[in-house]
Amino acid sequence: MTGSTLSVLLYIFVGPIVGGLISGLDRKITARMQGRYGPPLLQPFYDVFKLLSKESIAVNGIQNFFIFCFLIFVVFTGSLFFMGGDILLVIFALTLASIFMVLGAYCANSPYSSIGAMRELLQMMAYEPMVLLTAIGFYVVTKSFNITEIMGFNVPLVLYLPGIFLGFAYILTMKLRKSPFDLSMSHHAHQEVVKGITTEFSGSTLAMIEIAHWYENLFLMGFIFLFFVWKMPGSWLVGLGACIIMYFIEIVLDNASARVKWQLAFSSAWIVAAALGFTNLLILFLMK
Amino acid sequence: MSFLKKSPWIIHYDGTSCNGCDIEVLACLTPLYDVERFGVVNTGNPKHADILLITGSVNEQNKDVVWQIFNQMANPKVVVAVGICATSGGIFAECYNVMGGVDKIIPVDVYVPGCAARPESIIDGVVKALDILEEKRVALARRRRKARKARPVSLTNLF
Amino acid sequence: MESILLLILFPLFTGTILLFVKNDSLRKIIVRLAALILIAVSLLTTVRYFNDGLTLALHREWINYGMVVIESILAIVIIALSIKHKKHLPILLILIQTSLINWYEFTHSHEVEIKADIVIDRFTLIMVLITGVIGSLICVYALNYMKDYHHHHQEVKDRRPFFFFLLFAFLSAMFGIVLSNNLLWMYFFWEITTLCSFLLIGYTQEETAVKNAFKALIMNLLGGFGFAAGIIYLGYAVGTQELNQLPVLAQSGIDLLIPAVLLAIAGVSKSAQMPFSSWLLGAMVAPTPSSALLHSSTMVKAGVYLLIRIAPILGFNVAGILVMMVGGITFLLASLMAITQSDGKKVLAYSTISNLGLIVACAGIGSYESIWAGMLLIIFHAIAKSLMFLSVGTVEHNMGSRDIEDMHGLIIKLPEMALMMTIGIAGMFLAPFGMLVSKWAALKAFIDSDNILIVMILVFGSAATLFYWTKWLGKLVAVLNKIERIPSKLTFDEWIALGTHAVLTVVICFAFPLIGNQFIEPYLNAQFAVQMDAVISDGNIKIMSMMLGMILLIPLGLLGFVALKEDRIVTSYMGGVNQGDNRYFTDALGNRKKMYLSNWYMEKYFSETRLNTIGIITTSAVIVVIFFMALGGVL
Ligand code: SF4
Repeated sequence: MTGSTLSVLLYIFVGPIVGGLISGLDRKITARMQGRYGPPLLQPFYDVFKLLSKESIAVNGIQNFFIFCFLIFVVFTGSLFFMGGDILLVIFALTLASIFMVLGAYCANSPYSSIGAMRELLQMMAYEPMVLLTAIGFYVVTKSFNITEIMGFNVPLVLYLPGIFLGFAYILTMKLRKSPFDLSMSHHAHQEVVKGITTEFSGSTLAMIEIAHWYENLFLMGFIFLFFVWKMPGSWLVGLGACIIMYFIEIVLDNASARVKWQLAFSSAWIVAAALGFTNLLILFLMK
Repeated sequence: MSFLKKSPWIIHYDGTSCNGCDIEVLACLTPLYDVERFGVVNTGNPKHADILLITGSVNEQNKDVVWQIFNQMANPKVVVAVGICATSGGIFAECYNVMGGVDKIIPVDVYVPGCAARPESIIDGVVKALDILEEKRVALARRRRKARKARPVSLTNLF
Repeated sequence: MESILLLILFPLFTGTILLFVKNDSLRKIIVRLAALILIAVSLLTTVRYFNDGLTLALHREWINYGMVVIESILAIVIIALSIKHKKHLPILLILIQTSLINWYEFTHSHEVEIKADIVIDRFTLIMVLITGVIGSLICVYALNYMKDYHHHHQEVKDRRPFFFFLLFAFLSAMFGIVLSNNLLWMYFFWEITTLCSFLLIGYTQEETAVKNAFKALIMNLLGGFGFAAGIIYLGYAVGTQELNQLPVLAQSGIDLLIPAVLLAIAGVSKSAQMPFSSWLLGAMVAPTPSSALLHSSTMVKAGVYLLIRIAPILGFNVAGILVMMVGGITFLLASLMAITQSDGKKVLAYSTISNLGLIVACAGIGSYESIWAGMLLIIFHAIAKSLMFLSVGTVEHNMGSRDIEDMHGLIIKLPEMALMMTIGIAGMFLAPFGMLVSKWAALKAFIDSDNILIVMILVFGSAATLFYWTKWLGKLVAVLNKIERIPSKLTFDEWIALGTHAVLTVVICFAFPLIGNQFIEPYLNAQFAVQMDAVISDGNIKIMSMMLGMILLIPLGLLGFVALKEDRIVTSYMGGVNQGDNRYFTDALGNRKKMYLSNWYMEKYFSETRLNTIGIITTSAVIVVIFFMALGGVL
């Protein structure tokens, strides 16, 4: 119990720092890939603190409240994850959190944020099956939805779940809001739907979205981590390494590809989930 | 410490222009100049921006647009007029529908000369703007503190 | 005993009185009173039979003969109506069916020993509560709705006494279905609900209404035919006609495949599964209270009720596969089709079909966990769906439209209705509300049953569910300019009905562990003769309750938020051409244009006709193939 409390506390207080650093590193690497020098490592923190000092503007009185709920529930979801709770519950809580963000954008009732909201929703529909299949895969192999128990398995799960891992890696691009699947918004400047889902949010509310994403990215990488750790004491190093490699691949992809149309994003995600997820699960069931 | 100076986000608007300055602004983002080194991001969204960078002059058609974009930016904010067109109307000044420089519509804080303005001078203009931005931030913070003291939080605000 | 009679006869009695009441205020008093009594009786029945249950044999010849007589009268009514509207198929179906069952009743049914005509266990009590509470509330709601309805639809003949008679008669029949253990009795009530539904769909007597009414009639009669055939087969080949004997017999090794398939077909058609689903969509022409009562919360639940009752004899035989596949396919396709709809009632219809599909699939798997999930789904779905239907009805009356696109900004137009709908929608799919809990349990059950196909179906279906509900929710919360506000005309009755539903939707989420171990688990433990662990562990329940608590704090938080806010209100970003009120923008020619934000419907991807065809073909194929497999297995 104390172990899990500690990790939740760590997540809540140290999480944003790590998340911000990752995001800073991301921007730096991206710049280097484009032959630029790039912003300082701490740039994301500068941005967030700046946003906090700005005047608060809004289209209506309640839109920002949805974002506040989004942040709260993302932190809640992450805590659940690092507590070693039930992985399905983590997924459901994450869905709830994302819905708050979508509703916030709808609430602002502006053309760009509405398109962003619609696209975000579409992405949620696109990745949801694969996320659930990931949890199901864990369960089929380890007989448990409990994250602590999943981590205590005999061998790295990726050996049993290669298909599901690839499928998850595919939709991870959507969740990390990286090109080619950054339909609803991305961290790059100037897009065709302005800033998509975040268009109408500014100042401290935008800072909340930013911080929520740091929290979110952390436990998304946690999912990757789960594929690579097992009972062996030092195995967390392997997991960490996998996360780093994975994130690096995402950055490369982000820089090497352009945003796709929603049709492709959606259908490819479902096809990948159906093909890889189904095959992998089928083999697992047959092996039983 | 001011974070505002370390993270100026820009919205770029191009009025009646030959698009020369427009291209130069974008040139600032290229690897050669790489303004992101200073935390500058070209947001394309007034609600996220701190600096309104305008190239080209204002005319009867776009004056409302310019005003609206300026109004939709959160305080503290500054306006940088880039190029001769934006400062005075430039070669378009005599056109039948051109009103002149941007300052006909909104308050301009920094004027960047040139036709076209060079990336170096644009960056220089932005850096100048940062100091003004910082002044405005301090003033705003003071105003906010005062306002808060004057208006204690109460449920009556609800109605 | 008395309370059972009361449950079955009292609504009928009330209905008969209402048939002769032409006066609005008198009807109001009677309906309100009757609703109160019904709720009280349902609660009392629950308390009375909670511990011991009840098995009751009534060996009275006259009851059976009475049923035969009434059944024949029903048949004559249907035949007369069919002749009037020149439809032939229903005549054929009803003739075959009634003569079959009457012939059986006179020749063979005496030889079958009946130990219990009526059985009350905890599952029955759940259904009694749903029917009693939700049903009564809907009747109360109907009072003002129908008044308004006729005010808006002058062209429709005002037959309100008849309408209320049907509502109450239906409640009687529904109580009858859930209380009877004798399949012949159940069949009798089953046919009454079919007739009620038929008459209610055709209430307006307009052309489409009549057409859809007959469609519903035919589909339900087909199912009824399966029911009749199942009973007769059981009577002759197995020598029983008791519902609770089926699992017992199956355990002693008697082959029940054919009756299982036949009864499954009956259940599947009643609960509007593909290929029969089209009748439920057609039924949406009926006035909203009847849609809420019959076509979402109660009558269609009769189908899944039967399936869950026979679930222990389903499982991994072909009958189970039939039910599971039909349910699964329907669940997936109906959720996908719901995405393309913008008519609020049609979305609700599709969502009903898809949720029933999930319950049917749960029944088909027939394991402890899956039935647990299915029963929970019945409860949650009945409440939340009824709330949604009533809300859509109210919104339609206030705005003159039930299109979801027109509900854009409902939070400004009709804030109280937006709140009701938000609760309803959250109840339908969002963690930590009820439906999600049961979906969660269903998912676990499906995985544990090692059926990978149904797992995939559930996973994709829930993603679609998430999409169409959230986009509806998004429409509701869009904040418009204040001037678009509509004065609402909610009456006391509507408030009572809607408010109770909303409160129930939330309360039931806190109470679900209680329902689980007080109602569902005792029933299942008796059925499976095992003691199982909780399907959802205590720790998770605690976390869910915490989430629910957080969500309930939201309104409070919002108040605080508004009180503290210092936002400067600016116009929304429209590329600088917002006309200043967030509703109009200046177009390229300098003209004023209205902004219109539409949801996505993706008709090209999830075209209704295409998916429908696919669904009908696959499910029919499944049914036909399995039917013959079952026959072949016996031959
Ligand atoms: S200042 Fe010169 S280069 Fe710049 S927009 Fe005007 S005319 Fe073009």
